[in-house]
Amino acid sequence: MLEIIQKPWPWYVAGPLIGLTVPILLIIGNKSFGVSSSFRHICASCIPMNIPFFKYEWKKEIWNLFFVFGIFIGGIIAVQLLGNPEPVVVRPKLTAELQQYGITDFSQLLPSQVFNFENLFSIKGFIMIVLGGFLVGFGTRYAGGCTSGHAIMGISTLQKSSLIATCCFMIGGYIMANFILPIILSL
Amino acid sequence: MNINTEKDNRHVDAVCVNESNLTHKWYHNVKYLIVGIGFGIIFVKAEIISWFRIQEMFRFQSFHMFGIIGSAILVGMISIFVIKKFNVKTIYGEDIKISTKEFNKGQIYGGLIFGLGWAITGACPGPLFAQIGTGSLVVIVTLFSAILGTWMYGKFRDKLPH
Repeated sequence: MLEIIQKPWPWYVAGPLIGLTVPILLIIGNKSFGVSSSFRHICASCIPMNIPFFKYEWKKEIWNLFFVFGIFIGGIIAVQLLGNPEPVVVRPKLTAELQQYGITDFSQLLPSQVFNFENLFSIKGFIMIVLGGFLVGFGTRYAGGCTSGHAIMGISTLQKSSLIATCCFMIGGYIMANFILPIILSL
Repeated sequence: MNINTEKDNRHVDAVCVNESNLTHKWYHNVKYLIVGIGFGIIFVKAEIISWFRIQEMFRFQSFHMFGIIGSAILVGMISIFVIKKFNVKTIYGEDIKISTKEFNKGQIYGGLIFGLGWAITGACPGPLFAQIGTGSLVVIVTLFSAILGTWMYGKFRDKLPH
């Protein structure tokens, strides 16, 4: 049993479980599923600086901070207790492409040759670690939600604006992965 | 949207909101912690937080991520249908409310910007928290940068096209 759990879970197990988060959060307290709002609540609680966008009763949304703290704890549990001893299986086509850029370590979920503290002070590392995060935080709030809020919660509730946002996430990602990231990785 | 009340402001640019009018003691929030833990475990075990899986998705080399997002939406949709059809209530007996979001151009501009970032970091906001949990400590920097990004959006929101 433990062996099955330790192996990577297939999409048809993980996807439906994630989908169930939508009704669970609604039923246990009328909460709409989403993650990126947590960044806003952190701003509102720690650095509001008199900006109207951060002047609201963030304590009403503190549930969201408990939720994302849970995601962090879940990450610890998954690795410490249910960890997969095998390296990540990467499609041969991607492996071949990444090797051109010197990415040869596939033992972890993130390429450790790119995402490490020494790299922070190189142009490549700065773009990947710092600028990438900035775009995620800025873009999700500008769009009003992320993959969970728009793609899953929004489309589940048949909202046109969420469908448009999700298409834009995919277009942005497609452009970055295929046309811009190869340049960044060559730096 | 006219922002007249505190609740209106809280709902600006947010899908994910607390629709409950009830107030509870802090420990009621432990429920969300537990749901979050389950969610984090799924994220890691299905390799949703893997940079490699995200690269495969945006290169159309693997069905995995499309299968996850697609089946999650399907299950979400069916659940919402059932909740509405049978008028399911919350465990506190409240009616379940789902607010609708009006379209604005921010969903296009912001969506594209987020997409660019997603393909670089290999993580949408949820996975950032899980990645840190798995021991990729450098992602703490990415998380702080994302919080700064949200702050900058809030600071310059009035000047951006919506």
